[in-house]
Amino acid sequence: MMKSQAYALVCATGLALCSFAAQAQLTIEITGAGANRLPVAIADFTGERVVSQALVSVIRADLDRSGLFKLVDAGAPLADSATPLFEDLKARGADAVVGGSVAGAAGGRHETRVRLSDVLKQTSLGNPAYLHNSGQLRATAHRIADFIYEKLTGEPGVFSTRIAYVVKSPGRYELKIADADGSNDQAALASREPIISPTWSPDGSKLAYVSFEAKKPVVYVHDLASGRRHVAANFKGSNSAPAWSPDGKQLAVVLTKDGSSQLYLVNADGSGVKRVANSPGIDTEPRWSPDGQFIYFTSDRGGSPQIYRIQISGGAAGPAERVTFDGSYNVTPRPAPDGKSLAYITRNGGRFQLALMDLATKQALILTDSAKDESPSFAPNGRMILYATEIGGRGVLAAVSSDGRVKQKLSVQAADVREPAWGPLVR
Amino acid sequence: MRALISLTFLSLILTACGSQPPAPEQDPSGVESRSPGALKADTAPVGRTQPDSFDPNSIAALKDPRSPLSKRSVYFDYDSFIVKDEFQALLGAHGKFLTTNKKMKMLIQGNADERGSREYNLALGQKRADAVRKSLSMQGVAEDQIEAVSLGEEKPACLESSEECWARNRRGDMLYSGEF
Repeated sequence: MMKSQAYALVCATGLALCSFAAQAQLTIEITGAGANRLPVAIADFTGERVVSQALVSVIRADLDRSGLFKLVDAGAPLADSATPLFEDLKARGADAVVGGSVAGAAGGRHETRVRLSDVLKQTSLGNPAYLHNSGQLRATAHRIADFIYEKLTGEPGVFSTRIAYVVKSPGRYELKIADADGSNDQAALASREPIISPTWSPDGSKLAYVSFEAKKPVVYVHDLASGRRHVAANFKGSNSAPAWSPDGKQLAVVLTKDGSSQLYLVNADGSGVKRVANSPGIDTEPRWSPDGQFIYFTSDRGGSPQIYRIQISGGAAGPAERVTFDGSYNVTPRPAPDGKSLAYITRNGGRFQLALMDLATKQALILTDSAKDESPSFAPNGRMILYATEIGGRGVLAAVSSDGRVKQKLSVQAADVREPAWGPLVR
Repeated sequence: MRALISLTFLSLILTACGSQPPAPEQDPSGVESRSPGALKADTAPVGRTQPDSFDPNSIAALKDPRSPLSKRSVYFDYDSFIVKDEFQALLGAHGKFLTTNKKMKMLIQGNADERGSREYNLALGQKRADAVRKSLSMQGVAEDQIEAVSLGEEKPACLESSEECWARNRRGDMLYSGEF
């Protein structure tokens, strides 16, 4: 008993000390693909064999997982400087081909040059070069995949981004950060008490989240590079649901210091708290629109939980405007990165499902066929939505494209995964 | 025996006043069983060796199974935040205790069942904690003695997805100084 008390004390005073070795990493399984996948051939690169094999396998896995590409066998290795065998590639069904070469560079580094070509037009679409060391193979491959993705789709790729999520194992909660493909997972925080609602600062350097280590919900801001954190909101009552302003200077939070759960703004350092909206009941789950004009939130002011928005720009907040009308339970609003649509969770015949609303037409589409969806989070290019759900009584993450076609399942063996948050684009 | 009882009381008071992380709940019968003299009373029910009479508003009463103060949970109906009649007497006893023991503080932790959004459930748990807080305030308990917070769906008492289980998770728990 003394031992467990001493342990609790160590955990309470220095949560980072409670980290153990990383457990099984997040694995991604593709469960649905796009209808019209672009056929692309990623040839083996020439030059340093071990490096090029490592790069090419990650590039292929990235593009395949996106659900937007069909990988075609290129036949033979292809250097970036060589002219692809266009007629042969066309016969193989490829619309685009990627070749590359890896050469040694000063200081034991490598220079990888890549060329993407249009097979039908027989033209080059770009020839970038990457200088990297052996410890940056995955990161370099993600950057190459991002280049290919952006050239072929016109949207930025998100293979170099990171995701945050919470893993619950018996008596233990870990806030984890991993690459978007689930690799390189690291615990930013481990605690015996729950951690919920992680959310990335717009520059990707910090996470805001709610931790219950003080036997009540308190909002923290955690700097990922230094591992340091500070309390952003710890008022009497509950403190929860942090959301970053698009400029990263403020957080919208939900506090109960004046009564029921209401929306407030605080500076990211925890100073200058001010109330944003007033309702007699619950207002929670704030999220800024990407242009900073509105805050979307969940409120029961109309009798059932529905999504509303208030205009926030220019000081004083405007009147609340109701956004969802269908059904008796619509919660967790998440505006898309382009601000044109809104992901949220709707109760549909007893099932909680991920829905997407076109904000101009107010048309909504249910994107999943699961029953316990929670916490949607857009990829920063708006293409995929990551969310938490349950399969066989266990928490898993899943991702679905905004057209509902591409589907992925992300799980950690023998643990509950929940509360996903997709980080911003890396520039 | 007298020494033993005072020891029990002392440990309770220490538990109650300490600013350390909460110790596991003290069980008077557990302390008692370490006494060689109590071995004969092996089969005695819990509480048998406690004093025959006790002050209902004493700190010891918080852990005394004969006292209503040892009961700390208020259960709520689905989507409801009204303290049901069956819990009014319990909140009356806790209100009396807090107005008598003005140095004691209480943390009220509201809870919700698992269905739906975590953050919305946090707000629902807060409404339950608030209902308990308001009931105590009405009895004259000072605002600085009580704090209403929510654990949402994060600390379920019961883990199955059934109506019976959900009902046990829709509750407010009352914790006193030293217990949180």
